[in-house]
Amino acid sequence: MTRFLDPLKSDMPLHGWGGLGVHGREALGENLAEITEGKPLTRGLGRSYGDAGLPAPGDEVIAGSRMANRFLDWNPDTGVLRAEAGVSLNELRRVFLPKGWFTPVSPGTSFVTLGGMVASDVHGKGHHSAGTFGEHLTSLTMRLANGEIVTCGPDDKPDLFWATTGGMGLTGHILDVSFKMRAVPSPWIYAERKQCPNLDSLLEHLEEAAEAYPMTVGWIDCLSTGRNLGRGILMQGRWAELHETPAKYPADGGGPSVPFTFPNWALNDVTLKGFNWAYYHKEFKGFRSGVESTQTWWYPLDGIGNWSRIYGKRGFTQHQAVFPKAVGRKVIRQYVELIAMLGGSSFLCVIKDCRAEAPGTLSFPMEGISIALDFPMRADTQAIVDRLNEFVIEHGGRIYLAKDALTRREHFEAMEGERLTKFMEIRRKYDPDLTIRSRLSARLMDPEVER
Amino acid sequence: MRAAIIGATKGMGRQLARRMAERGDMIAILGRSEASLQAATTDLQIRGAAEVHPIVFDLADADGHRKGLRAIEGALGHIDAIIITAGGFDTQEGLESDLERTARILDLNYTKTVLFCEHARKSLMDQQGGGKLVVFTSVAGDKGRKTVGLYGSSKAGLSHYLDSLDARYRDAGLVTINVKPGFIRTSMTAGLPEPPFAGEPDQVAVDVLKAMEKQLPTVYTPSIWALVMLVIKHLPKFVMRKVGF
Repeated sequence: MTRFLDPLKSDMPLHGWGGLGVHGREALGENLAEITEGKPLTRGLGRSYGDAGLPAPGDEVIAGSRMANRFLDWNPDTGVLRAEAGVSLNELRRVFLPKGWFTPVSPGTSFVTLGGMVASDVHGKGHHSAGTFGEHLTSLTMRLANGEIVTCGPDDKPDLFWATTGGMGLTGHILDVSFKMRAVPSPWIYAERKQCPNLDSLLEHLEEAAEAYPMTVGWIDCLSTGRNLGRGILMQGRWAELHETPAKYPADGGGPSVPFTFPNWALNDVTLKGFNWAYYHKEFKGFRSGVESTQTWWYPLDGIGNWSRIYGKRGFTQHQAVFPKAVGRKVIRQYVELIAMLGGSSFLCVIKDCRAEAPGTLSFPMEGISIALDFPMRADTQAIVDRLNEFVIEHGGRIYLAKDALTRREHFEAMEGERLTKFMEIRRKYDPDLTIRSRLSARLMDPEVER
Repeated sequence: MRAAIIGATKGMGRQLARRMAERGDMIAILGRSEASLQAATTDLQIRGAAEVHPIVFDLADADGHRKGLRAIEGALGHIDAIIITAGGFDTQEGLESDLERTARILDLNYTKTVLFCEHARKSLMDQQGGGKLVVFTSVAGDKGRKTVGLYGSSKAGLSHYLDSLDARYRDAGLVTINVKPGFIRTSMTAGLPEPPFAGEPDQVAVDVLKAMEKQLPTVYTPSIWALVMLVIKHLPKFVMRKVGF
């Protein structure tokens, strides 16, 4: 039983961020070692868009880590923090940013747990300079499928460790996470925003910006076509030095919240075109610079509670793909044309250049260009995702599992090939019967069985 | 601030201790499990507490109340606030089917809590001429309802006592704050069907710190529950028989 639903009036209490829901229950508690016992999966804050945090068909109860959120050890001399897997990035920021420390890698939301950041091997605006979260880990404590509690790290069971970074929680339960924090000069970001009139300009600026700035990202108006195709806004930033910043600590803003689920028709081609037009022309001067808070820079959508509700009851999905650098700008242009042509109605289309692949067995990024877009669920969404995936396969790219709900098994196998074979070997080494599993693993990689 | 928190290793008490640690308070944390207290101590120190003093304490053991208070006095010296978040809970069905458990929870939530408050009152008044006593009751104590009758009655009794304590001693220097949380997502309520307006422990912590600053005698948290309970309190009994709330 699967359907997209209103998370507010849910008779299927477990759902992904995009609204995909199933029957099931989370076992919650302060003691993660206790509640993970015998469970097929651990889930954090449920911000994976699709089915990565949902129980496999036939499973009912999975562990939830979010109440297991103590800091266990902190060494300001080395910057290494050890914390329970349920600690959220939001809490980490609240506690450590005033002390001058921040996570070395941050995704686009702070409502994720450390365990989830490991499982998705998250990347962010700083990927070209800082890599993925997994690259900053020093060790993990895990409960394996056989119940044993073990540690692992880059030099300690490296096969298990690297399969766990980006392994979508399928190698065992992550209990606690040790990683090296980043010392920052201030709690502010110096940022610049540039209007780019077309895709070539955006790609050029993105490449230039990567040389000069540790954090970059581009937003594309993917509803514009013709000579405006791929127009967008480049954002580049760095941590602000103390002398550039306001004297006060940035306000911890409780922003507005979307109070109810919008009707399905609220987001349509007309309103989305309007939104994209306004967002592009917001930078009407063509260039803007200044100091902004970490929340504005890293987590613009966190300021709007329950933003997923604007998609209505039907829910939504995301598609994020990365293309190898070798394909060149022509292929990126073709891909953006394809997106514009398919008309999936996206208002969040994000482009980012990635650095060399992380050692994570199934880690998403590779050196090249990543493009993410989200769109409301419609009758033709599966066909759109299929078409995008065919393009990705043709050009040697791959997709980000944390965003995915609809990719077909044969497409996934075609993208991942040997990496998937190796991942499955390691999974089976530590869990011969594949008892650790999720709805995502059942869809994409576990042996197909009648349940 | 120098404060003692009873029930500081879980749920709302844990989050309140964290918020106080993050602003640099000196805290005594009291709980039953030594291991949990140790882990909580490290967590609170990392968050920035000026000092953390773990004290093994069981609210259900009345003989240990005086000793617990002396330990708090010894750890903190001057006491700005004593905060009691500890208590017992089970569903109406669970309690109806197990009267021994019902007896334990009624005794803990009412008798033992009141007795400890009496010790705390004397200690705060005699030793330092006043202070704050912050006690967690529940919106379940506001009105007899189908779903939380037994548990709610213990919190109703406790509320009654706290309100009278505030009436009697506030002018003399003892500020009593009755905290009434609505449905909060903690390990205590995990697995229960969630009503609308469910809140997070962090909201409760922020609300309680604000109420302590303003010295409010009663605080509903999240604040929407003040409105919800205002309506429910005025529903006639024939309606309460019909609604499943």
